Amino acid sequence: MTPGPAHGKLNLDPAVVARARALAREAGQPVVELARSHTTVAVERAVLRLAGIHGADPDGIPWVNRLVDAVVADVGLGHGAALPVWDAMAREGIETEKLVGGADLTLLAQKAAAGSVHFGLPSGRAATAAARRGAKRAVAAGIRTIDKRRAERDRMIKRLGDPKQRPWIYLIVATGDIYEDIPQAQAAARAGADVIAVIRSTGQSLLDYVPEGATREGFAGTYATQENFRLMRAALDESSKQLGRYVRLTNYASGLCMPEIATLAGLERLDMMLNDSMYGILFRDINPIRTFVDQRFSRQIHARAGIIINTGEDNYLTTADAVEAAHTVTVSQLLNEYFAHEAGLRDWQLGLGHAFEINPDLPESFRLELAHALLARELFPDAPLKWMPPTKHMTGDVFRGNLLDGFFNLVGTLTGQGILLVGMMTEAVVTPWLSDRDIALQNVRYVLGAAGRLHEDFVPAPGGFIQRRAQEVLAEAVQLLERIASDADVAHHNAPLLNAIADGTFGIMRRPPTAGRGLDGVARHEADYYNPATELLEAAT
Amino acid sequence: MTGGVDVIGKTIVRPYGDTTGDGMVQVSFTLPVPADKRAEGAALQLAGKMGLDPAMVVHTRQMGEGFTFFVVYGRVHHLVDLSQVVVAERDFPMLAAKEINALIRQRLRRKLSVVGACIGTDAHTVGIDAILNLKGVAGEKGLEYYREFKVVNLGAQVNVPDLVERARVERADAVLVSQVVTQRDAHLHNTKEMSAAFREAFPAHRRPLLVVGGPRFDELATSELGVDRIFGRGTTPREVASYLVHALIVNRASVGSAA
Repeated sequence: MTPGPAHGKLNLDPAVVARARALAREAGQPVVELARSHTTVAVERAVLRLAGIHGADPDGIPWVNRLVDAVVADVGLGHGAALPVWDAMAREGIETEKLVGGADLTLLAQKAAAGSVHFGLPSGRAATAAARRGAKRAVAAGIRTIDKRRAERDRMIKRLGDPKQRPWIYLIVATGDIYEDIPQAQAAARAGADVIAVIRSTGQSLLDYVPEGATREGFAGTYATQENFRLMRAALDESSKQLGRYVRLTNYASGLCMPEIATLAGLERLDMMLNDSMYGILFRDINPIRTFVDQRFSRQIHARAGIIINTGEDNYLTTADAVEAAHTVTVSQLLNEYFAHEAGLRDWQLGLGHAFEINPDLPESFRLELAHALLARELFPDAPLKWMPPTKHMTGDVFRGNLLDGFFNLVGTLTGQGILLVGMMTEAVVTPWLSDRDIALQNVRYVLGAAGRLHEDFVPAPGGFIQRRAQEVLAEAVQLLERIASDADVAHHNAPLLNAIADGTFGIMRRPPTAGRGLDGVARHEADYYNPATELLEAAT
Repeated sequence: MTGGVDVIGKTIVRPYGDTTGDGMVQVSFTLPVPADKRAEGAALQLAGKMGLDPAMVVHTRQMGEGFTFFVVYGRVHHLVDLSQVVVAERDFPMLAAKEINALIRQRLRRKLSVVGACIGTDAHTVGIDAILNLKGVAGEKGLEYYREFKVVNLGAQVNVPDLVERARVERADAVLVSQVVTQRDAHLHNTKEMSAAFREAFPAHRRPLLVVGGPRFDELATSELGVDRIFGRGTTPREVASYLVHALIVNRASVGSAA
C-alpha cells in the first residue's frame, strides 16, 4: 500500500473498507460454526463419490443416493456415512483392496438397495479405527485424483498459455444435448471464447441427486453430470491444443447437490464453478443451513481443485433496482469473500459477481455503472471479478441491445474486470443464435481493441460524481452489514445472518432457517461424526 | 370503412422505408455455406422467395467454418389489410391507482386477495415479480403498492397443488401465474394443468380468477388454456390491477344487476 493522500482511483477510506470486512467476518463466523457442526446428505454423498462410488440403478437413481439413504434409514445422518459404510464393508467381507475405483462401494450400495445389508456403527475401538482407516484411504485416493487434475491444468496452461487479454471472454452454451453443446462450444472457442459455460437444465438445482451419464435432453440447458463434464472437457482440451490457449470450462455448483457437483468438477478438471453463498436460499428457497453446510464443503473442494468460483450477485440486481440495491451487491461480495477465504480459497479464485443492470433511461446511468464496477475492483484488487451483461433492460430491441452491450463492454475494460460474460443483443428474445454470438463477439473485440488500455488514463475526478457515488454505496453497505451483524433476536442458532435472511433483509424474500427445500437432509454432528474428506482438506490448509 | 383498396383512409398499408408505399424491409439471416459469390446468390434466392424484389445483399460475413451471415434490404409487394387484423383489444378501462383502491374499498369492502407464482420448473420470477413486487417495473409500482390489494407472491417453482391450497387459504380473488420457459411448450402444459386443477378444486362461482402472463403466450388463447385472461410482453402492474377490478368488481356487479 502506497501511503498518500488518495487511495486508489476512488479514494476509499481504508478504515471504512476494514470496517466492512470486519462486519462481514462478524456476520459470517456464526454461520461457519453452524457449517462445522452439521452435515447434509449431499456432503455425505460427495464424500462417497470421492471414495469412488459411481453409476446408477435401473431407474437412474445414483447408487450413492441409494447407499446414503440406506445409511440414514438405519443409523441416521449425524454420524456421517463413512463409519457405517466401512463398518458394513468389513462385516460383509467386501475386499476393498481388490475392488478398486469404487467398485466395492457400488457393490455395497447394490446390496443395501436389495435390503441384504444393514448399517450400524462399528463397535469398539479397533473396529472404529479400522473403518476410519478404510474410509480415509478411499477418500484420499479421490483427493489425489483432484490433485492430479489440477496439476494437469497447470501443465496445460504452462504449455498453451492463458488468454492474451483481460477480461477473459466468457460465453454460454445451452442446447440441452451434450452432443450439440460440444460442437457449439468448440465453435465458440474458435470464435474467441476463453471460458465456456454450459448452462444447466432449468430445475436441476432442485434435484436431490446428480443424473448419470451423457444426457441429450434438458430444459433451457444441459444436465450437469460427470460424463457430460468429461466429454466437454475432453473436447475443449482438443480445442485448446488447436488454438494454442487453454480454454476453460464452467458449470454450476449450486442447488441441493452443490457438494457433489463440486466434487465431480474437481475430478473432471472443470475450471470455474458458479458457487454463491446465498443464491440458493434467496432465489431457490433452499434451506439456509443446508446451503451454508453444502457451500463450505463445496468451497473446500474448489480450493483444493484450483477452481475459480463465480458468485451470483447479478441476481440481486435483476430482482431489485440496480441503483437502490447496489450496496447489497457489495455486502454479498464481502460475505462471499469471507466464506471463501474461510474455506481455503485464495483471492485469485474469487470471481465475485456484479452486473450492468441500471435502467438505461436513468440520467447518468453509465457513470453510476462505472462507479459501482470500480468500487468492486478497488475493494477486491486481487480477485478476477465476473462482470455480467444487461438482461433486465434488454427489451427485444436488438439494435439498442447491441449498443447497451457495447457500453457494458466499455465499463468492463475501463474498470479492469477479470471475466466478461458476453452480452447478447437477443437477450430476452431467443437462446442466442450463431449470428448473435458472432455480433456479440465483434462488439467485445471492437471495445477491447479500441479502448482496452483506456483504464490507464481513466482517473475519476477527485471528489467528483464517480468517487462520491462509490463512497456512498460503500457506506450503505457498511450500514446494512451493521444491521445484519446486530440482528440478534436470537431466534435461531444465534446466527444474526440467519435472522437477517429470515427477516427478508436481502430483497423481500423471507427465508427462515426452519423452512425451505432440503431441510430434512440436514443433521447436527453426533459426537462420533467422522468425515475423512473434511479432515484431509482441512489438514492441507 | 369496409375493405377496399383505400390507401388514403389507410386500410391498406405497406412497409415504409423513406417514402410512402416503397415497401422496403430489412432482414438478416444465416446460411450454412462459406462466404463467397455463390453464398451471396443463395441469399438473394432466399430473399426472392421471401418476396423481396428487388433485394440487395448489403452485408455478408463468414462465421466459423461454413456459415455466412447476411443483411438484406429489399422491397416487398405484399399489402397489409388493417381491417383484417385481429388482436386482443383491451376491453377494460385503465384506471389510476387511486381509482383502483377506491373501487375496491367502496364496492368490495375488503382487501382484494391475489396469489401469484411461477409454476412448474420455471425459475424465472422476473415477470411475476415485476407485476407483484412493490418495486414494480419501468417506474410503475407493483400490486403490493396498492393499499387495497393483499398480495402473496409464492415465487419460483411452485407445485400446482400447493398453489391451489394457498389460494384457498388466502381466499384468493385472483391467481396470477407467470411463465417464461417455453421449451417443448412447457408454458402451455403448465397453464392447462393449473387451470384444470382450479376447476377441480373449486365450484365455478367460487373459483378465483385465473390470469397468466409471459412473453410467449397468445393473448387470444384463453379458452384453450382454461384461464380468464392472458397478458403478454410489456404488461404493466396497473394494467393487471385495472383488469382485476374490472373483472371482479365492475363486471360482476353489472352481471348481478342485469340478472
